[in-house]
Amino acid sequence: MSTTVTPPPKKLNRAGLEVLSYKGAKTTLCAGCGHNAISERIIECFYELGVQPWNVAKFSGIGCSSKSPAYFLGLSHGFNGVHGRMPSIATGAMLANRTVLGIGVTGDGDTASIGMGQFMHLLRRNLPFIYIIEDNGVYGLTKGQFSATADLGSKLKTGVINELPPFDCCALALRCGATFVARSFSGDKKQLQAILKTAIVHNGLSVIDVISPCTTFNDHEGSTKSYSYIKEHDEILNELDFVPYYDDISVEIDEGEVKEIELHDGSKLRIKKLGRDYDPSNKFDALKAMDEAEKKGEVLTGVFYVDTKKPNFMEMLNMEDAPLATLPESKVRPPKEVLDQVMEELR
Amino acid sequence: MSTIEVSATSPRSGEFQQPIVNDFSIQVATVNGSGSQTANSVLMRAIFQMGIPVSGKNMFPSNIQGLPTWFTIRASKQGYIGRKKEVDFLVAMNPETAREDVMKLDSGAAVVYDEPLKLDALRSDLHFYPVPFDKLVGPVCPEAKLRKLVRNMIYDGIVANLLSIEMEEVHKALFKQFGKKKAKAAELNWGACQAGYDYASKTLTKSDPYRVQRMNATAGKIIVEGNAAAALGCVFAGVTVVTWYPITPSSSLVESMIGYLKRFRIDKETGKSTYAVVQAEDELSAIGMVLGAAWAGARSATSTAGPGISLMSEFVGLGYYAEIPAVIFDVQRVGPSTGLPTRTAQGDIISTALLSHGDTKHPLLFPRSPEECFSMAIEAFDLAEQFQTPVFVMLDLDLGMNNWMADAFVYPTKPIKRGKVLTAKELERLGGFARYKDVDGDGVGYRTLPGTNHPQAAYFTRGSGHNEKAQYTEREDDYVNNMDRLSHKFETMRAHVPQAEVEYNPKANVGFVAFGTSHYAVEESRDQLKSEYGIETSYLRLRAYPFTQDLLDFIHRHDRVYVVEQNRDAQMLGLMRLEYGAAEIAKLRSMKYYGGLPLDARTVTDDIVRQEGK
Repeated sequence: MSTTVTPPPKKLNRAGLEVLSYKGAKTTLCAGCGHNAISERIIECFYELGVQPWNVAKFSGIGCSSKSPAYFLGLSHGFNGVHGRMPSIATGAMLANRTVLGIGVTGDGDTASIGMGQFMHLLRRNLPFIYIIEDNGVYGLTKGQFSATADLGSKLKTGVINELPPFDCCALALRCGATFVARSFSGDKKQLQAILKTAIVHNGLSVIDVISPCTTFNDHEGSTKSYSYIKEHDEILNELDFVPYYDDISVEIDEGEVKEIELHDGSKLRIKKLGRDYDPSNKFDALKAMDEAEKKGEVLTGVFYVDTKKPNFMEMLNMEDAPLATLPESKVRPPKEVLDQVMEELR
Repeated sequence: MSTIEVSATSPRSGEFQQPIVNDFSIQVATVNGSGSQTANSVLMRAIFQMGIPVSGKNMFPSNIQGLPTWFTIRASKQGYIGRKKEVDFLVAMNPETAREDVMKLDSGAAVVYDEPLKLDALRSDLHFYPVPFDKLVGPVCPEAKLRKLVRNMIYDGIVANLLSIEMEEVHKALFKQFGKKKAKAAELNWGACQAGYDYASKTLTKSDPYRVQRMNATAGKIIVEGNAAAALGCVFAGVTVVTWYPITPSSSLVESMIGYLKRFRIDKETGKSTYAVVQAEDELSAIGMVLGAAWAGARSATSTAGPGISLMSEFVGLGYYAEIPAVIFDVQRVGPSTGLPTRTAQGDIISTALLSHGDTKHPLLFPRSPEECFSMAIEAFDLAEQFQTPVFVMLDLDLGMNNWMADAFVYPTKPIKRGKVLTAKELERLGGFARYKDVDGDGVGYRTLPGTNHPQAAYFTRGSGHNEKAQYTEREDDYVNNMDRLSHKFETMRAHVPQAEVEYNPKANVGFVAFGTSHYAVEESRDQLKSEYGIETSYLRLRAYPFTQDLLDFIHRHDRVYVVEQNRDAQMLGLMRLEYGAAEIAKLRSMKYYGGLPLDARTVTDDIVRQEGK
């Protein structure tokens, strides 16, 4: 007697792919590192939205965070660049092929110190791109020095106290031109998913600062970026629900004080106010909320700002719709008559 | 009254002198920001239009307005277009430098000067022509604030008269210079020019021997700056992404490219551009964008000068190891910081050839003329994509920013070479690929572009720590294999870079090696050495690094080989030392110049004669 066992059908997404197609190599980061949780969220979100992975390009700079693109979307092209200069590589790649979806992963060291110049100019250009800062307040790969996002008074394992104020990358992003700005916590699965999905469909620059504790160098008593500190001080600004354009049913947030933002592809971000009066299309509201939170010692997370109208860098350049990278010779080499004309002008 | 002054201060007036025709240099000394550039270009072009070989060199300060500037125009019936050290005809418009300018002249030179400067009192062995510029400019330019600009056009008329430059050609050159849109300004300037001509006719008595006479040596030729030529090369090479950060002397390369792209690279049907130009926040970002764009498949380029090359160093190393095509123009100049940013040099040779850390070496192309700026720009893109590596095109300020007489550029006959890029269809047939595997034996792997519609297309790009499959590794054998393959790739390039131009002289046991703009001084110096000292020479003009076999053969066939270059430390010779054995090195000699001006023949000749012990 034999019984035939039919394996359960694999669960496929809209692109006809299973979740395995969105995974990457095995992580080499420390056990419990917040970055691994973020990689998991990225995998889930790209899978759930049915994005074709070969139409995605991943970018990073240097540091622990910047290693992580190897651990998700293994079927996407990836580019691990030089320290702090991922924005320029990504900008070039997006110029070459505007049909590719770009996602960059960086850290607080990579962005807020050596990479500050490129970060600021990326903001200014509003490049259509997802820029994720895995923010733990320390340099991990070089064994635990403070970064420029370390909070005032935060303590290193060695007892050294940080005496300089931190850069708030979300405040900078807001002020300097990003059109989707959010902060999250690597431990908040639901919030991070809604934010990432919004970023995937947003037609402009998304800056997502994710507090992502470093279990090895910054998870101790006295650190303001430890798991326990964030759990205690996480102040959630708004409750989020992402509704894809093809699936208008799954509304998780109760009706009430809900603001619905229609995104580029018809998907919607539903934002529910929590307590405070807050308008995510108003930069000043956002800056005020950040300022108040800082004074109270809270870590404010949620969506700070969304602008779906501002033209992005690609639109401003008025390029061909087809990727510049593969335009045929007939489009990129003017005919001989043109050279003859220029020569005549120079005679 | 002026007439009396002229005859009184011109010792040779009235004496019979053999005319010197089409063989002299004019130096115009002015203050920058005074519109002299226009007047000088018109003068140069008028001589060119008379069929006489001509060259123009602008020696200008790093300043917008008010500092001394000298423009030298050389007319040469023999076709020498390098800088001529001796000034035969001076136009002294700058009170600050006039005295020194006059004192430096060789006996017998001519001087047109602003009358109030009273320069004729300085020497009695020159031909002086005083001109009351302020008195002449009033009637032709009623608007007082424009007088400063129009004033300079008066000397064009004076010089045209004294040197027999045809006024029809001056008129043509002037209106070409201003273009149709500025016809009113052209008329105003033409009036000034005529006033100068008329003044000279009525008042000045020609006493110097210099003059021009129509020839037929410039038919079909063009006048163009090297930077504009390189820009055109990029446009016809099919450049698609250009990034840059302004820096002298390279800015005009991208600026003229933008002009040409706007005219010729907007698709007529869609109205959209087939390129993107980004002014980056700095050179770090400019090269990052170039590499990102090229990695994603664009033909991308940037242009800079030495300081920018230094900043690009780390990224260029990544480009070398990640094997990304890129074209980088280096318009070389003197020194860092507030050095002499407006003076020329060939001083970035070693630093660029070996740019970055670890073991890195990069192909360099050395154009000597606008024609080569154009053709090598095109070659550079093909080389970069064929060999998947950053390629540098090494201009210098002299070539990039000065106006050169050149032959009309030749339209590329070969199709664009995009190198080894696998499409989705090819991936399907092959069932996958290994990014850094030497499949063809030339050291060059196959690559794929992001957005290639195939599950097997992706690979992960990083620095030097990868195996053939682009997987991260720190294994010794993987690392060494990769390094050796990169060396092999560089060796393969030797046969594909522009080969040297060699002129063997069977009578010579002395050879010259030069590159870039040093060519002009060497070409003329060889004639001087032969006619004045009886020294016969051969000549090899380097056109690329890595060196080609020609160079080794050339060294073998001569007793002494002089490597001529415009830097202090004999950098090109240094690169040869890295490559050649003791027997070859023993034959190498150095002829160096590093004063910031374009190299001239006399300087080369004098140095060779000294070294040859003649």
